[in-house]
Amino acid sequence: MAEETAAGRSWFNRRGWRDLIIGVPYVWLLTFFLLPFVIVFAMSLARRAELSPPIAFLDEWPWIRGDNFARLFSDTLYIRAYLTSIWNAGVATFFCLLIGYPMALGITRVSKSWRNILLMLVILPFWTSFLLRVYAWMGLLGNNSWFNRGLTATINAVIPSEWALKSIPMMNSNFAVVLVMVYSYLPFMILPLYANLEKLDMTLNEAALDLGSRPWQVFKDVTLPLSIPGIIAGGLLVFIPASGELIIPSLVGNASDPMIGRVISDQFSSARDWPMASAVAVALLLLLLLVLPMMVYTYFEGRAQAQGEARP
Amino acid sequence: MKRRPVFLISCLCFGFAFFYIPILSLIVFSFNKSRLVTVWGGFSTQWYGKLFQNDQVIKAAALSIQIAITSATFATILGTMAGIALARFRKFRGRVVFSGLVTAPLIMPEVITGISSLMLFIMMAEWIGWPGSRGFTTITIAHITFSMTYVATIVQSRLSSMDIAIEEAAMDLGARPWRVLTDVTLPVISPAIFAGWLLAFTISLDDVVITNFTSGPGSTTLPILIWSKVRLGVTPDINALATIIITVVGVGVVIAGIIMHRAEARRERDIQMAIAQNG
Amino acid sequence: MAAEGQAPFIRIEGVSKSFGKFTAVNDVSLDIMKGEMFALLGGSGCGKTTLLRMLAGFEQPSSGRIFLDGQDMSGIPPYERPVNMMFQSYALFPHMTVEGNVGYGLKHEKMTAAERTGRVRQMLDLVQLTALAERKPHQLSGGQRQRVALARALAKQPKLLLLDEPLGALDKKLREHTQFEIMNIQERTGITFVVVTHDQEEAMTLADRIAVMDHGEIRQVGAPTEVYEHPSSRFVAGFIGSINMFDGDVKHNGAGLTIAVPSLGSDIVIETGSAQSGDKVTVAVRPEKIMISRDRPECANAFQGVVKDLGYFGKDSLYRVVLPSGTLVSVNSVNTTRGSGSRVAEWDDKVWLSFEPSAAILLRD
Repeated sequence: MAEETAAGRSWFNRRGWRDLIIGVPYVWLLTFFLLPFVIVFAMSLARRAELSPPIAFLDEWPWIRGDNFARLFSDTLYIRAYLTSIWNAGVATFFCLLIGYPMALGITRVSKSWRNILLMLVILPFWTSFLLRVYAWMGLLGNNSWFNRGLTATINAVIPSEWALKSIPMMNSNFAVVLVMVYSYLPFMILPLYANLEKLDMTLNEAALDLGSRPWQVFKDVTLPLSIPGIIAGGLLVFIPASGELIIPSLVGNASDPMIGRVISDQFSSARDWPMASAVAVALLLLLLLVLPMMVYTYFEGRAQAQGEARP
Repeated sequence: MKRRPVFLISCLCFGFAFFYIPILSLIVFSFNKSRLVTVWGGFSTQWYGKLFQNDQVIKAAALSIQIAITSATFATILGTMAGIALARFRKFRGRVVFSGLVTAPLIMPEVITGISSLMLFIMMAEWIGWPGSRGFTTITIAHITFSMTYVATIVQSRLSSMDIAIEEAAMDLGARPWRVLTDVTLPVISPAIFAGWLLAFTISLDDVVITNFTSGPGSTTLPILIWSKVRLGVTPDINALATIIITVVGVGVVIAGIIMHRAEARRERDIQMAIAQNG
Repeated sequence: MAAEGQAPFIRIEGVSKSFGKFTAVNDVSLDIMKGEMFALLGGSGCGKTTLLRMLAGFEQPSSGRIFLDGQDMSGIPPYERPVNMMFQSYALFPHMTVEGNVGYGLKHEKMTAAERTGRVRQMLDLVQLTALAERKPHQLSGGQRQRVALARALAKQPKLLLLDEPLGALDKKLREHTQFEIMNIQERTGITFVVVTHDQEEAMTLADRIAVMDHGEIRQVGAPTEVYEHPSSRFVAGFIGSINMFDGDVKHNGAGLTIAVPSLGSDIVIETGSAQSGDKVTVAVRPEKIMISRDRPECANAFQGVVKDLGYFGKDSLYRVVLPSGTLVSVNSVNTTRGSGSRVAEWDDKVWLSFEPSAAILLRD
């Protein structure tokens, strides 16, 4: 009898709580995250209709049609938008890396007390509203802002007077989009990079110096290769959300050269063509899946590095 | 080898200037007397006064805070569970899928998440009659869904770096698994859980895109209000609102930083003291 | 110490544990007596920690059973066993004080609050930490933390106390001091202790009996003197302390055993053992059992060589002598006299090595 109750209690103690802890978030995510995607995918195979909701499937087999996906290729709007998005996101990622890497490295090299302050200064914009930070740049990019006028004056001072500019057209351009993207996503690059760089063993650098390498060689041979997982993590954290950005291109971008996020949103709200919007979204997702191998690599590399440190 | 890395420090300075100049400019112009944000017309706090009389803004702010508190709390509960599941349970059916589900919202473009959430609510209304209208509930559900993944990541990371032997020690001393969780695991990771709540709160408070898609008429949050105004251009009253938000957040982060710094310093002192005594 | 003829307090019967394809513990059977201080000794990966965790209940045996005080422990989780463990990393609860840590286990037992407080006080007195009761773990030194871990594990007065590498994290001086403390506490409380260690000196000092493990199997069980002076296999002989081993063939089994050992260059005579002419055996002699001298000694087993290496350790010296056959022999000699010339020989000196017939161990595998 003792065995039965012991077994019964131990089931609940071991399996019951476990199943609960795994099950509840799992079910939630399946319902509110995965199911929506399934619906969107199904919708991308439907057609537009004057119903509410404004979608309908074909009346007979196979009920679905791939016309939406075909339009992606036939209408140049979409291809251009994809290319613009990938390009903008790529350039933004590159500059985030260019600016963010030295910053992250710099933070690891200063004294302990400064480090916390600097990290806080990096995180502070991250905690303030994304929207407001983009808005802050709107104030600077306009043709009449102090920033624009100051920059114009500086440039006018160094170029011949025939080419003098009244102002630099910065707003409503891809340039503005990339600039603001770099600004907004920089913390997302710095933090993973910092986390990676901070864990690196400084004695490896000392060993390299001891063996005759110059500081920049030490960086090239030791620090840079070991920080690749951090670079990839930061890169993905910037590239993927940036490619689907909606706010930044809407506020400072060019309406005639939209990014894909804008296209999806427009198709959805103004054109009321939900199936088309879904198809564009699905295609974007598939494109992004191409970077999945990189994610897998980062994961395993990170684990290997951690294990390598554990064994003495 | 204490050579100051000049190149790196100058990069840091440039970087931080890049970060803060736009914000400072925004703050300065919130005190601009003239309506034009570009020309300085003199010092004035009139825009702040107008803000506090603006019912729309106050209602939106209240709604945002309500949603943020609710979603942060649920997200913390669900996210902590997910974090524990991923960190402590090595093998269970569908673990890979679960892991993916927890990571995906972190990097997914918000447009896609927003549209798909909206589709879900519309379809659910068709199939089971709920939700009748979109507003507080739908927004909160959407917020919980992506916030919980942030919390899960934080909790999972904290649990991985914790010495698992203390959980075994508790079991060895007679605690059943549930007691181990409440007596040992949760207290030890409580700072991480709190950080997760704070993060979820901030994310919810700030969200525009997903909220835009999952809200309905009558449920305007502060970010949505700002978004619709900002689309029309730069105005000093938005500057004032922005300054208030930034200041509040800034003060909060600084206070949190100071508290953590003090706690760390005290801990360091304790450890040094213990080593010196060497009993 | 345990009394003879008693039923074993802990019986490990044919226990095996596999993780997938890897077998960590292979058909181990062991009897441990009540009140004994028992050591599981072996290198990393030998299975000793797995065996310990099975005793604690954190792993279940893939096959076989474990009996504690007559009760079968199969399927019983750690929180229901009368077993407590002192963890290698101490595993103190960082958010509780010393008092809270030590008293934690008592919260799961039927005691009044006054009884609990009393027991905690008692434990803190036992490990001499009463003054630090209000401190948190991060405010303690390594040695203090270990004593808290010990007090916490003893608080519930378990039938069996498990110690996982108890002295590993301590520096040398502290280690010696703590060794004796642990032995004292064990004697005072009379609780059965099982210690897991890779340090053979630790095992030999602490334990009443040692089990030497290798690759998941038990190679020998016995008191320290038994394991040291009468190892049953080449592995055990080589694992504990250092030893010289010579291969040879048995020539003649009479008053003593005569063995032809090519590497020593001559026949040697050892005490009678169970071997017959023609058997291939290994003769093992500990370095401290070999005498080193300038002149030829009166011993039956003597041979010449040249000092190749010399190590001075203060209290003794280690000589490595190379024989004509090329074999290297280690000899350990206590420095009994002070002053220059106290050493028997210097580098490149010709010396005589010898050992008594009783000093040699006969090994087969």
